[in-house]
Amino acid sequence: MSDAPLTTPGTLWPRFRRSKIAVGATMVTAIIVLGGLLAPLLASQNPFDPAALDLSNSLIPPLWRAGGDARFLLGSDDQGRDMLSALLYGSRISLIVGIASVIFAAVLGVAVGLVAGYRGGWLDTLAMRLADVQLTIPAILIALMVDGLARAALPPATHDAVAIYVLIFSIGIADWPQYARVVRAATAVQKTLGYVSAARVMGVPAPIIVLRHILPNVLTSVMVLATLGLALAIISEATLSFLGVGMPPTAPSLGTLIRIGNNFLFSGEWWITLFPSLTLVILALAVNMLGDWLRDALNPKLR
Amino acid sequence: MFTTSIVRAAALSLVLLSSAARAENVLRWASQGDAMTMDSHSQNEGQTRTFAQQVEDALINRKPDLTKVPGLAVSWKLVDPKTWEFKLRAGVKFHDGRAFTADDVVFSFKRALMPTSDLKDLISSVSDIVAVDPLTVRILTKAPDPILLDEITNIFIMSRGWSEEHKVAVPQNYNGGEETYAVRHKNGTGPFKLDLREPDVRTVMVKNPDWWGLKDEPHNIDRIIYTPIKNPATRVAALLSGELDFLLDPPVQDIARIESSGMFKIERAVSPWTIFFGMNSGRVELASSSVKGKNPFADIRVRRAMNMAIDVNSITQRIMRGFAQPAGNLVPPGVHGYDKSIDTHLAFDADGAKKLLAEAGYPNGFDVRLDCPNDRYLNDEPICQAAVGMLARIGVKATLDLKPRTLHFPKVQTKQTDFYMYGWGTDTTDAHNHLYFLAAPESVSNATQYTDKTLFDLINAMAVEIDPAKRDLLIKDASTRLRDAYSYIPLYHPEIAWATRKGVTVPITLDNLPHFAYARFGN
Repeated sequence: MSDAPLTTPGTLWPRFRRSKIAVGATMVTAIIVLGGLLAPLLASQNPFDPAALDLSNSLIPPLWRAGGDARFLLGSDDQGRDMLSALLYGSRISLIVGIASVIFAAVLGVAVGLVAGYRGGWLDTLAMRLADVQLTIPAILIALMVDGLARAALPPATHDAVAIYVLIFSIGIADWPQYARVVRAATAVQKTLGYVSAARVMGVPAPIIVLRHILPNVLTSVMVLATLGLALAIISEATLSFLGVGMPPTAPSLGTLIRIGNNFLFSGEWWITLFPSLTLVILALAVNMLGDWLRDALNPKLR
Repeated sequence: MFTTSIVRAAALSLVLLSSAARAENVLRWASQGDAMTMDSHSQNEGQTRTFAQQVEDALINRKPDLTKVPGLAVSWKLVDPKTWEFKLRAGVKFHDGRAFTADDVVFSFKRALMPTSDLKDLISSVSDIVAVDPLTVRILTKAPDPILLDEITNIFIMSRGWSEEHKVAVPQNYNGGEETYAVRHKNGTGPFKLDLREPDVRTVMVKNPDWWGLKDEPHNIDRIIYTPIKNPATRVAALLSGELDFLLDPPVQDIARIESSGMFKIERAVSPWTIFFGMNSGRVELASSSVKGKNPFADIRVRRAMNMAIDVNSITQRIMRGFAQPAGNLVPPGVHGYDKSIDTHLAFDADGAKKLLAEAGYPNGFDVRLDCPNDRYLNDEPICQAAVGMLARIGVKATLDLKPRTLHFPKVQTKQTDFYMYGWGTDTTDAHNHLYFLAAPESVSNATQYTDKTLFDLINAMAVEIDPAKRDLLIKDASTRLRDAYSYIPLYHPEIAWATRKGVTVPITLDNLPHFAYARFGN
């Protein structure tokens, strides 16, 4: 980063309105987020309530196919779960896990990055080597390991209830080094600038300098990372659930639905896996495009 | 996620291709779960037995239609009501070259009667076994045993010398997590030698050119490669892409697709199996329930209500797609003593079940954990899920705990479960086997802990009753009594459907345990 004026949220809005990609991606994301938020109102059935499922409604094809049923617009799965309701509730879980784990990773990473960048010395070396070590291990492996440990440590009865927190923790803990490295680099640069030296000379305590003066100046890069990270976190959640270590089949996320549907790919019941897969692809793509646009817009060199 | 499955599929095909030198007849087969151990006395479980019967022989073997044929014994006769004498086959050698003698038979039976053996209950009538001369043994029973010959088809003969050399003279303590030489090695007298054992990865067997039975069953299988594939879609993909010659358990939803490819034959048969749920009524209180101080399952009204809440017709039609018969009794068709008139499940009636629960003092139901395997029975996971839904409708909140078979079965065998899925196939083709193992209090396979003195007396009486008519009456009384106790929820008798590549014949076996010595390449 240089002394060139940074893009501020104020100058972002007009640029946003002009970008078709940004507006489109935001709209798609908003529709899915709204669908997830309003799932209890929109869905015809609560797919997480086993008593609401009826086996005699299983494997009904989508409405426009022969044998379709108006109660099941996108068909039903092997347990008699309405696919549309399952999608609404499933995207809700995927989004909750995605957003919460990004917040978790960002808070942890920014804190480590700020301290490491500002204090420097052995603390900096230790934190960054730790981050390096963790970056050599693929995030999904770390998430699998955390999930496995939680499974071994917790009694099975409580495991389903805490599955979502375990997921948030495992995905979040795998992603913090990204934030820590970026924030540390930015902090190290800001630290040498005049306004920080001035504050220090005036006797402002270090925690206040870091939180009040440096943090706001490094947040733009965190915002870009977080948006890009959201798409990755949603995919990580789907991967874990697809592998059977994420959300349980009684409270399916998009990944769990894809896993269940995968068993019916050869038997012609394609809708069980197709619709959750499409939703996942569209959601991840939209969030990713938004993140890409944000990165370009906030980077003065690309203007 | 796609990369993982692609890498895995690629690795699988590499493994299969590299070992499949086309000059020899290599039978490549798969099913959803691997054998639990290679120590055949340590676990009395289907897949474990499948592997055992390729490598080892019993005194009396079974053909695919389950009829008994001479194995390591060539003839047998009853010396007195409690003593059987067996003449052994001469000139038989174990795979490691050791000669087979009466001493190995004595050793194997004593080993199968040890505390860590899972077969000890099966031959609990045996009081002693003695070698008369190197080719004659006598089995002595505590009382006359009408089905001893059926029971000993499960006792595979191991070599004393080999077992002592490798310190496996005692069966592996499976539930104690013991690891022994016999867990990955096998030394039998059977048609195939165990060549490579990688649990949950693959198992390779090669033809035993010196097998004594080769002149009667001149099979042309040179090598057998087994790969466990847990995911049903992956199993079908492996079959359709030509990586497999034989699939033991094609998912029922994909059978039409497999048949339509024109490359495979599907063989079907109703198997002498029952799949069911067990309710632990013997505990003071259920470990997984918030009901304290009493056990809901101890009340017959609750057990009856649980039976009424499960819609077995929906399960067989919707999830099993017709490849199963609804069950009302634990004794399955194809077994001596089967009675169709008592094989009807209580009519599905959620409202009636709710009323019964209220009468029993649970108007709002109760909570309990349902333990299920996810790699043992066809569609075990969706069936348990559906059962959770059906029970929720009468207010019983069941939490589903899905575990691989290697973790699920020890829970049942140590009775550390409140409510569980289980299945029982015949070992002896006689109803006593089902009744004894699923109702006797000392049986490791009975975690219901249901106690009824009259029932146990009936079961014990049929074990020693020689008069067939009287014995059939005892069987009928006992199975009716067990059914009416509702300590179990019988679900269905599964149909076997085997998929084989055209050009390969694997004769269907009613116990669903393939016997590759009877398989052939070509016609």
